[in-house]
Amino acid sequence: MTSPLLGRDRSDRIYRQVLTGFALALPLLIVIILGVLFTNAWPAVKRFGASFLVTSTWDPVSEVYGAAPMIFGTLASSLLALLIAVPLALSVAIFLTEFAPRRLRQPVAFLVELLAAIPSVVYGMWGIFVLIPFLRSYVVPPLKAVFGWTPFLQGVFYGNSLLAGGVILAIMIVPYIAAVSREVLLAVPTSQREAALAMGATRWEAVRSAVLPYGRAGLIGAIILGLGRALGETMAVTMVIGNRHDISVSLLQPAYTMAAAIANEFSEATTATYQSALMEVGLILFVLTVAVNAIARILIWRVARGAAVGSRAL
Amino acid sequence: MSAVRTTAVLESQAYSFWYGPTQALHEVSCAIPPNAITALIGPSGCGKTTFLRSVNRLHDLTPGARHEGDILLDEGSIFAPGTDVVALRRRIGMVFQRPNPFPKPVYDNVAYGPRLNALAPARELPDRVERALRQAALWDEVSDRLREPGTALSGGQQQRLCIARALANEPEVLLMDEPCSALDPIATQRIEELLVELKKTYTIVIVTHNMQQAARVSDYTGFFYVGRLVEFGVTQQVFTRPTDERTEAYITGRFG
Repeated sequence: MTSPLLGRDRSDRIYRQVLTGFALALPLLIVIILGVLFTNAWPAVKRFGASFLVTSTWDPVSEVYGAAPMIFGTLASSLLALLIAVPLALSVAIFLTEFAPRRLRQPVAFLVELLAAIPSVVYGMWGIFVLIPFLRSYVVPPLKAVFGWTPFLQGVFYGNSLLAGGVILAIMIVPYIAAVSREVLLAVPTSQREAALAMGATRWEAVRSAVLPYGRAGLIGAIILGLGRALGETMAVTMVIGNRHDISVSLLQPAYTMAAAIANEFSEATTATYQSALMEVGLILFVLTVAVNAIARILIWRVARGAAVGSRAL
Repeated sequence: MSAVRTTAVLESQAYSFWYGPTQALHEVSCAIPPNAITALIGPSGCGKTTFLRSVNRLHDLTPGARHEGDILLDEGSIFAPGTDVVALRRRIGMVFQRPNPFPKPVYDNVAYGPRLNALAPARELPDRVERALRQAALWDEVSDRLREPGTALSGGQQQRLCIARALANEPEVLLMDEPCSALDPIATQRIEELLVELKKTYTIVIVTHNMQQAARVSDYTGFFYVGRLVEFGVTQQVFTRPTDERTEAYITGRFG
């Protein structure tokens, strides 16, 4: 009588241990990646110290490396992407949850999310053959006409540039921000909308004064999640940003990102110091994206939990 | 139907309502007297809430909803073409079944309506907020917590906050959809006392599942059954000498 029970108990235990093992393997993987990056980057960290982060010389011949332009390019292209993508993505999410006719909501949401499925390299190609000519003919001339006096639009626009990289990134992160924002807005209880409407709010006022504030933390989370994607995005940006190791605040000038540098240069990194320098770039990118994603997750998680707390209090 | 035809603020004329193909209300006619509490009772799904939500046109956003007949506020149809729904909802406040304060400070919750509708100059706002909170019998409990989020209050306080929020708009009619169903007996008692106080200034329509509550606080009672207003009259009469046998069956607890 007892043996089958014991047997089942043991199989339960084995099952649990196997699952626990698999589950722990993933966090362990992150730790291992961090460890490998850190060990390999260590020679460069030791040799260049803080100057690696703030100087701009990248000279494999004399073995002097400063990653400031890549760090700058990564941050600048991602921020530009956010500037373009956030209004677009939030509009899409608000339209889809609050205003779109019911039968349009699912199909449009599906199409927007489909944008995320397009391979990065295809975006890059499209960037080279469609986006850059379009920017050159229709966007840059009017921009220069109006804002040409600002430092952000100095120089000649040859195509590959911070602007092209930022716009490509913006298009690529719109689906992420829109999809998560939509989920966040859907999680806002109907009672909040009705409370606002019953007080005499128009539908837009209800969105602005009740729905958006309720979901604020989650929306910020969605945006930061988009930022995380933009920081690490490699292929499409590499193809259109120009890959010039230089800091220029002009959007029309070529720039470089950390991800692009690693992709471009790893195969030619023949010396140990060169490799180590690229490893350090990887380490910086890794830490940056993990931190950004962690912040995003915490914010989104707090909204989901906040809603639960709110309903429990009733 | 022994309707009491005094000067009604709110009047329903053969009002029928459909959710898509399903008819939820059948030719509801009644006159709701001003400065009194009218309770709407009836079993679940009988159309009480649907009727209540029709009065401030919250069904406008329900897909597939349509209606026939009319509802009049001060003798003007609320469905008349060109009716300003926003202005209508300002005149008809609503308190929902579950407290739904905004996740904003207590003060901002109450100031929401006046700010939204630009009802008062900014310098009069604090007075208005205090007045609404006093009317909702919440001022003494929150006067030193105005900066705390409304969602941090207890359930009963949250519901009174929602009442204060509705009152800050200075509406003419106050609709309440089972305002006590999520509350404990003590909080319920506070809200009932409050209602009796508020009827001096407002016309109150309250949906309730709680027959004792209807009998305790209301002046008039309407009994809904499967989408029809079966009986409407003075509360005491409805509860002691109902004219319809279904009303009698319901209030004596034989179904529901």
